[in-house]
Amino acid sequence: MQHKSTEITIVGGGVVGLSVAMGLLDAGHRVQVLDGVDSDMRASQGNFGLIWGQGKGWNFAPYAKWTYAALAKWPAFGRRLTDLSGMDIAVEQNGGFEFFTNADEMDEFAGMLANQQAHLGNRVNHEILTGDEVRGQIRGIGRDVVGASFSQTDGHVNPLRLLRALRLAVKALGGRITMDAHVTKITPATGGGFDLTLADGQQIGTGKVILSAGLGAMKLAGDLGFKTRIRPQRGELLITEKLGERLPFLSSTIRQVDEGGIQIGGTKADAGMDDSETLNVMAGLAKHAVAVFPALADVRVVRAWGALRVMSPDGFPVYAQSQRHSDAYLVTCHSGVTLAPLHASTLADWIENTTNAPDLEAFDEHRFSL
Amino acid sequence: MNIASRFERAPENAPTVRIEVNGETLVAKQGISLAAALLAQSGNPSRKTAKGNDRTAYCMMGVCFDCLVEVDGVANTQACMTLVRDGMIVSSQAGLRGLGGGQDV
Repeated sequence: MQHKSTEITIVGGGVVGLSVAMGLLDAGHRVQVLDGVDSDMRASQGNFGLIWGQGKGWNFAPYAKWTYAALAKWPAFGRRLTDLSGMDIAVEQNGGFEFFTNADEMDEFAGMLANQQAHLGNRVNHEILTGDEVRGQIRGIGRDVVGASFSQTDGHVNPLRLLRALRLAVKALGGRITMDAHVTKITPATGGGFDLTLADGQQIGTGKVILSAGLGAMKLAGDLGFKTRIRPQRGELLITEKLGERLPFLSSTIRQVDEGGIQIGGTKADAGMDDSETLNVMAGLAKHAVAVFPALADVRVVRAWGALRVMSPDGFPVYAQSQRHSDAYLVTCHSGVTLAPLHASTLADWIENTTNAPDLEAFDEHRFSL
Repeated sequence: MNIASRFERAPENAPTVRIEVNGETLVAKQGISLAAALLAQSGNPSRKTAKGNDRTAYCMMGVCFDCLVEVDGVANTQACMTLVRDGMIVSSQAGLRGLGGGQDV
């Protein structure tokens, strides 16, 4: 039996785990990231690549503020990732729209944005546009669009290249990433730290352990005394053929990848661990896209897939230290792309409990046991 | 089902059709795919990728998308999945297709 010792082990090599690894490596720690197997539910390989703030935390001020702090850090974070990885991850943060074809839904969202604005003050602002105003600004918007909201700080990134760049950045900073390392058991070791058992029987010793394996972390989290119950939320996506022209807008449901293909998505469904796609949902997505931008009507869809979002009971991130084992942490959220710059910096202060540690009390899991 | 029944034999005595490829007339047997007709004509590249590389039909079964051509004004048509038809107007593509409509109708 092999027995290795690492200072901090991160269980989960997706966008969240790798971001956290970057921050801890910057803080001078030895870090090992254990990534799962290909058959795992990998949210980091199915997502939409949005760097997005509109509406987030409208009913929970700490999340609104955390999200906007991340948006402000994205430009520098994107540059650093490129420096470390040598990859262009196609960050574009020139503002994004939320389009509406239903006036009541539009009014409801405008109300949510007003609430969000109240939490954020004047540092951030958004615009509400009528259908005609949108059509005046963007050529080709459909006449069924009754209005839109716009926020200057929203943007997007190439999600698969982001994941690859994060891997390369972690390695460049001296971190170790082990693939095909499915952790089956975490046992507190005598004298502190933990022993991790992998599916192949290998044992790994570690001082601290951070669970950021999305849906895959749930059993391990329960074993370590965490109370958070993560649930999957299915989203479906369409991908079109690549276009030589740029789409004249970015929205939360329709975005053009830098290579030219258009992603259409944004659906939400409770379907357990079933990540398959469904015909009626795909048809609804296509209809929405054509209503917003009728020129898409003759553009072919070449791929479609379902993927599972990682949702906490209230949808907000969870940053929790285990009550039972103080060297075990749970870091899980839905918005791993948007929040990456914070996970890769100030979250390390929280894990180290330095004087610069952000106040993440609001994101502790004790909120679920109230 | 035996293996032979999965393949359609090329029609031997089928009538011919005339199609136009980049302004030139091409005669092909009815019942064959446009990709087969293009390969039989010259085998020359039938499109250029976004980065300017040459491509022509390869997999002949709808998978590789290397055989894309514009057919009767419709870009990105898979030539291997399209049968030749009399009067068909075909042109090579260079790079990615654009947004056709563009306007709210």
